[in-house]
Amino acid sequence: MPKLYTGAEIVFKCLEDQKVEHIFGYPGGAVLPIYDELKNHTSIKHILVRHEQGAGHAAEGYARSSGKPGVVLVTSGPGATNVVTALTDAYMDSVPLVCISGQVPTHLIGTDAFQECDTTGITRPCTKHNWLVKDINDLSEIMHEAFKVATTGRPGPVLVDIPKDIQFAKTKYKKPKKEKKLNRKSKNEFSQKQIDQLIDLLKNAKKPVIYSGGGVINSGPKASDALREFVELTGFPITSTLQGLGAYPGDDNQFLGMLGMHGTYEANNAMHDCDLLINIGARFDDRITGKIDEFSPNSKKVHIDIDPSSINKIIKVDLAIVGDVTKVIGKVNKTILKKKNGHSKSNKSNIAKWWEQIQKWRGKDSLNFVNSNDSIKPQHAVRRLYELTKDKDTYVTTEVGQHQMWAAQHYKFNKPNRWMTSGGLGTMGYGLPAAVGVQIAHPEKLVVDIAGEASVLMTMQEMSTAVQYNLPIKIFILNNQYMGMVRQWQELLHEKNYSESYSEALPDFLKMAEAYGCKGIKAENPSELDEKIQEMIDYKGPVIFDCHVDPNENCFPMIPSGKPHNQMILGPNDQEENKIKGKGKALV
Amino acid sequence: MPKSKSAYSVPTKKEKSDTYIFVVWVDNEAGVLARVVGLFSGRGYNIESLAVAEVDAVKNISRITIVTTGTLQVIDQIKLQLAKLVPVHKVAEFKREDKNVIFKEMALFKIVGKKKKMEKCLNACKKFDLVILDETTTSKVLQITALRRQIDKLSKKLKPWGLISASRTGAVAMTRGAKIFN
Repeated sequence: MPKLYTGAEIVFKCLEDQKVEHIFGYPGGAVLPIYDELKNHTSIKHILVRHEQGAGHAAEGYARSSGKPGVVLVTSGPGATNVVTALTDAYMDSVPLVCISGQVPTHLIGTDAFQECDTTGITRPCTKHNWLVKDINDLSEIMHEAFKVATTGRPGPVLVDIPKDIQFAKTKYKKPKKEKKLNRKSKNEFSQKQIDQLIDLLKNAKKPVIYSGGGVINSGPKASDALREFVELTGFPITSTLQGLGAYPGDDNQFLGMLGMHGTYEANNAMHDCDLLINIGARFDDRITGKIDEFSPNSKKVHIDIDPSSINKIIKVDLAIVGDVTKVIGKVNKTILKKKNGHSKSNKSNIAKWWEQIQKWRGKDSLNFVNSNDSIKPQHAVRRLYELTKDKDTYVTTEVGQHQMWAAQHYKFNKPNRWMTSGGLGTMGYGLPAAVGVQIAHPEKLVVDIAGEASVLMTMQEMSTAVQYNLPIKIFILNNQYMGMVRQWQELLHEKNYSESYSEALPDFLKMAEAYGCKGIKAENPSELDEKIQEMIDYKGPVIFDCHVDPNENCFPMIPSGKPHNQMILGPNDQEENKIKGKGKALV
Repeated sequence: MPKSKSAYSVPTKKEKSDTYIFVVWVDNEAGVLARVVGLFSGRGYNIESLAVAEVDAVKNISRITIVTTGTLQVIDQIKLQLAKLVPVHKVAEFKREDKNVIFKEMALFKIVGKKKKMEKCLNACKKFDLVILDETTTSKVLQITALRRQIDKLSKKLKPWGLISASRTGAVAMTRGAKIFN
């Protein structure tokens, strides 16, 4: 007779077969059998967080920086509800997570038992799929299927809810099937004909632009290589979404910077004026498109995406290619090279004028800001951080708000998987636990969370996790005492009525660092900034860096609400100019 | 133009909406209807009627028929979003005006009243495959199958003649001829 295993053992056997090395979790009544089993599986390391949301974000950081799925283990009821924010965040940003939650015993489900909640009901809209395991014989198959669903196609979170009696029940273990029946969802075949259509468009374009997104990162490092080759072969300008940063080198001349609401002037104008727009692994998010009716009005649009439902969802496109970015772009590159051997005429000369125009837009230097000798400008702080860490293969996470946009604008990423930020959901408090996860995946690397003081307080408790596991994460707080992005919108749109956006009674971050048992550093003026940042980098252990910055700085450039790409508000220098010219670029 | 005070764009042109019928084949498992219906409510799609039952006990497949209205873009999205759900096998959609597809609803009417009015009711229902399911001296339960609009009209008509209770199913659909949905 084959050996019988308990549900808890099966969970770990599945995790082992799925090559899981780390799980992020928090114990509780309904998952105790699984926690009890932990000691028997030494290849799997459990990271004890301080709040289940932290477990979710840490797993997200782990997944994004390593390309492997993040695994979360939580208890029933509050354990499960606390992880909902992280699941939703992962769903919006297509991060593969497998969340295992405990549940009250089967016979108590539906009786409002202690720490019971309808976990699969609550998480249904924020996961790709979820399962309530009611029969021990289904457990191993469901666990393997969970990993498959999370990691194939467009990645995303899944949840497996396991009642406590199922964790105790015994059955045979089933290994993952090698070749699962191919269902429609995993096969997305594109045709050579579509590739040829794309090549024709490339050939005839006079004002092309490539707009790449998080799909390139999710497709793996090979996708970034293919993208770089594609950009080189075509000579086209490329811009990137927030999630796509790092897929193409941020300091390359063909890179126009990020596009969208706080994107660069050249990227947004190129999007507006182009005659060919190639979307690679992005989803025409509303922070990108601005006003839909006036979005890139004169262009042919191509959309390459693995998720068929992304196509024509927001913007109608002329050519849709459904497929994995690595495969599609790889094929495109091959086809270009093949055709070039025939007749080597490239269309780089066709687009020379377009590049001239782009250089003119670049001349605006839209990321410019007025630096100061008296107070630290947040943009300056990010630039200095970049200069001092760029040679170190640094991993950067962020919270959400002005600091996040400044990080995206002023920190240049040259490799994929180095930039972890909450884009779709915009979750304040993402960055610190995400940094924990990144550091677990890359113990030897420098991991910096570029944070705001308001965001970081939402998940500050995870510093305790960092200290426990001696994770040398650097929390670089741009402290302006405001919820900066809220304050900025209130200044621009609500007549400077700063309703509840100022944080009174902020904690002393130095004392907080001391209380957590890590190092605290404070910088208050520009002259000491470099030295303090260096001190942070050199310190072997977690650091909270309290960087006091100008509280009134706004994040520019920006596309005001309901405006198209070519109507940006630029920084303070340009606003002065426009007032005199009266060009109608007044604030909103 | 009034200034927008929102961080989001304001809705602009509205395209024309049409009525479509979706037929969805799903694994008959716990929560599958909630997934389908949750997708509609969560993304703001509209459900006019819904019919669901198991159609293949061996393969454990249920067939869901949903009547909905939306612009072409929305209908397209509904189809693609449905197809992404893990327990969904197949999605077919067609316009209500499609001549190649039959769709029917069933209604049960309870009529209570005098003989004369009862006669009027029976006459009105005759052409909709009328079946009398239950009869007493003062009441009848009638079963009809028809299109939604026909049933709407009919129930309005029967009200003054003694219709006291009506129960209706959602629409179910089938293609004409030898072809099946693919």
